Amino acid sequence: MLELLVNNPVLSALLALSGLALVIGLLLGFAQVKFHIEGDPLVEKIDQLLPQTQCGQCGHPGCRPYAEAIAAGEAINKCPPGGETTIQALADLLGREPLPLDAEEGVSSDKKVAYIREEECIGCTKCIQACPVDAIIGAPKVMHTVIMDECTGCDLCVEPCPVDCIDMLPLPSELQNWHWPAPPGPLAPPQARLIASDQAEAVKQEAQA
Amino acid sequence: MTEYLLLLVSTVLVNNFVLVQFLGLCPFMGVSNKLDSALGMSLATTFVLTLSSAFSHLVYHGLLLPLELEYLRTISFIIMIAAVVQFTEMLVQKTSPVLHQTLGIFLPLITTNCAVLGVALLSITRDQTFVEAIIYGLGAGLGFALVLVCFAALRERLALADVPAPFKGAAVAMMTAGLMSLAFMGFTGMVQL
Amino acid sequence: MKDLLIIEKTRFHGGIHPPECKDLSTRQPLQTAALPDEVVLPLGQHHGNLAKPLVKPGDSVKTGQLLARNEQASGACVHASISGEVVAIEPRPVPHVSGLSLPAIVLHSDGQDEAFNNPSLPCWQEASAEELLPLIQSSGLVGLGGAVFPTRTKLAGALDKGIDTLIINAAECEPYITADDLLMRSRPQALLEGIGILQKLLKPRYLLLGIEDNKPEALQALQEALPGSAVEDELQLCVLPTRYPSGGEKQLIQLLTGKEVPSGGLPLDIGVLCHNVGTLAALADAVVKGQPLIERIVTLTGKALRHPGNYRVRIGTSVEKLLQQAGLETQQSSRVIVGGPMMGFTLPSTQVPVSKAINCLLLPTAEELPLPGPEQPCIRCGRCEEVCPAQLLPQQLYFYAAHQAWSQAEEQQLFDCIECGACAWVCPSEIPLVQYYRYAKGQIRQLNADAEKAEQARLRFEARKERFEQEAKEKEAKRKARAEAAAKVAAAKKSKQEEADESPAASSATTQDAADAKKLKQLKVAKAAATVAIKKAEKSLSNLQASADATPEQISEQQQRLAAAKEQLAKAEAKLAAAEEG
Repeated sequence: MLELLVNNPVLSALLALSGLALVIGLLLGFAQVKFHIEGDPLVEKIDQLLPQTQCGQCGHPGCRPYAEAIAAGEAINKCPPGGETTIQALADLLGREPLPLDAEEGVSSDKKVAYIREEECIGCTKCIQACPVDAIIGAPKVMHTVIMDECTGCDLCVEPCPVDCIDMLPLPSELQNWHWPAPPGPLAPPQARLIASDQAEAVKQEAQA
Repeated sequence: MTEYLLLLVSTVLVNNFVLVQFLGLCPFMGVSNKLDSALGMSLATTFVLTLSSAFSHLVYHGLLLPLELEYLRTISFIIMIAAVVQFTEMLVQKTSPVLHQTLGIFLPLITTNCAVLGVALLSITRDQTFVEAIIYGLGAGLGFALVLVCFAALRERLALADVPAPFKGAAVAMMTAGLMSLAFMGFTGMVQL
Repeated sequence: MKDLLIIEKTRFHGGIHPPECKDLSTRQPLQTAALPDEVVLPLGQHHGNLAKPLVKPGDSVKTGQLLARNEQASGACVHASISGEVVAIEPRPVPHVSGLSLPAIVLHSDGQDEAFNNPSLPCWQEASAEELLPLIQSSGLVGLGGAVFPTRTKLAGALDKGIDTLIINAAECEPYITADDLLMRSRPQALLEGIGILQKLLKPRYLLLGIEDNKPEALQALQEALPGSAVEDELQLCVLPTRYPSGGEKQLIQLLTGKEVPSGGLPLDIGVLCHNVGTLAALADAVVKGQPLIERIVTLTGKALRHPGNYRVRIGTSVEKLLQQAGLETQQSSRVIVGGPMMGFTLPSTQVPVSKAINCLLLPTAEELPLPGPEQPCIRCGRCEEVCPAQLLPQQLYFYAAHQAWSQAEEQQLFDCIECGACAWVCPSEIPLVQYYRYAKGQIRQLNADAEKAEQARLRFEARKERFEQEAKEKEAKRKARAEAAAKVAAAKKSKQEEADESPAASSATTQDAADAKKLKQLKVAKAAATVAIKKAEKSLSNLQASADATPEQISEQQQRLAAAKEQLAKAEAKLAAAEEG
């Protein structure tokens, strides 16, 4: 047998390679079955990074469908409420490049909440049906109002209102949500490099001098 | 026993595959941005290197030599490596989907890593035994892991430092790699192989 | 009395020794600031959880009266610090670096300073814990060392878990501040009583008081007051080497006990409780005199003041007026710092009240505390790591904070930083390190709050989706049921129709029955209507008969109507009887 193969190099080469490929193919097939995974836990991790406003601005009906699309390869820069922070977090998780935000109009970084002007509300419940997180309370022919703590600022309620009585107002800056600002850093111009609370005094000193 | 130890030291430090023999530079530059992905990648590559070195040895001495088909070694080694990498990818996907997503295309690219094929071919030229082949593959993997992890740690620090604008990113990374290579050249002559 | 324990070596890592500048405010004895005309009492300590006001504008209040109650664990009650009238409850600026406002109760003084009769326990040594605790809980006490953590919450936690060691913090390590020093010199008995009360409540195994060696007069005062006090035998006075920040809670614990508070943990986790001397003296006042927290000692210091020193100040006094009393030279002062030069902050305006948190007002001249120079790049000298008392890596934290690498900053234990400022003090590049850490902490807290809110929104969205699906299912089920019922009825009708087709006699009989039933019903209705008509007629008749100005004609008319109605009823009844028979 061996002599036959040795004397027929072409045949032996073909047999050797195809035999090798066959064996490996079988082993890999077996491994594929054994290591089969159900579902995709990656989608969970992506969904946790999204802001859950369920606004639909990314083109998907909710945050979970967008998470699934991202896992399948969609761009990570389509979420305006998430902004740069979310894009960076997604880029870190998936090891992709962080892209600039892909939105039609400019997005302000202030968080806004909806506010219903109660004198104009007619109790039609259209905004209640539109809110994806049930942040508006009310009933037909009864006053509607927005629960500030639950409103995510997705502004899906503004369109359906027939009397246009809903405003998107920025959250008032209170002591509870005040945070220290970032220091300007070593590369900022000299005046700006003093910490904020000392800048006013520096200006005063300069005026005195 | 000492020969195996010396072989290991030689492969990990003296004749380091990445910094001295300049093989496997693609994942070295590509996956060294973050320490976690570098660690994952180096483990995967070590796994692939050890297994493929062993299997390649078996294929060469068990199939190709008896049939006088030595000239088919390149293609059959590639087939072996591709199979091992495919198996590794399945394993990684099962154990850590995040790592799988992070490594992305670099995981299947281990197939084209010249270090992996290099280990298999060099093992043949050195006429090593089966055990030696395994240690050779393991040493190559450990050396690769050592260098990749160090480099990733350095790159993480560099990302936060005030690097001058023309040097930011790949430029300063290349310079760092060069300096590391110089450092590793200092091991020359420690073990004669 | 126990022997003095002198601790020679600093047992915590790092620390610095800035110039103390304490003699500026210790030359005079403790003074009392003039009674203010107006006090502004903010309803909250700086992290929200406002107290709920119990008074309204126009009410008269007496000194020490409870003005606002706070049920939450992270808040404290508010008491009137003068007697007078509540003028308004409105947002007023608070002493905070942002200059923002909080709702506050504004009182105008009537000059009398009449005390409210709060319960007290002068003989607290015989009282039980159940009698002592309510006094402490309603006293509005907060930590007067600067952290203003509600004392009742700290005490509740300690009683719950039990403690091994009670430490009294008399270190006062920050330069310039001498409030605790003067308190110990002037009122050591009150302090010792406060310690005694806590000892009675908590029964710790060890009772330690840590005081720095730069306060010999205070130490002497304590040693003289100790014999005869409640804690004479148990209190161990320990003298610490002067080093900043030995007064930091975790550093003091390490100095006195050698134990380290675990990262991210509390001293309670290792069985230790730490209290400032000012808090304990106020505690004694609350229990013995029934006086809640309405005043505190504030150090007014700095070369821009003509009369620096320590003053007993009523909470809510205007900072501006207080500084005028201390002789502020506005031309000389460069800024107003609340706290000391290391951990204090600059006030944007002096139109704020003295809150429970203010232990010092520092008015330096420009030469005394010059403004920091501009920030320069880090040269990686490593001096910051050498001085960090929390054994962190300030250099790494700086780079992570500056590049917004939040998760890496947290891994380096950013939240263990006590913001003491030692790293910034030694930095040769004059990098404002603590500002970076505060910024990073704020951003991380905001991100965590956002993530929680997002999770909440996601749950609500999922619940809403489920609800819609449920409603849709129910609608579908109902529709099916209705369809089935309709089908059944149609089928029944169809079968009936078939039956009817088969037997016409039977069907005509049924139609006759239906017609009879309808007629019966009509007659019944007619009878009921007639009965109602009779009732109505009877009623109006009786009304007419009862009323005075009813003419005989009207009455007879009504009686006729009644008779007619009764006839109608008789007819209807007869018809009905006939129909029923037939």
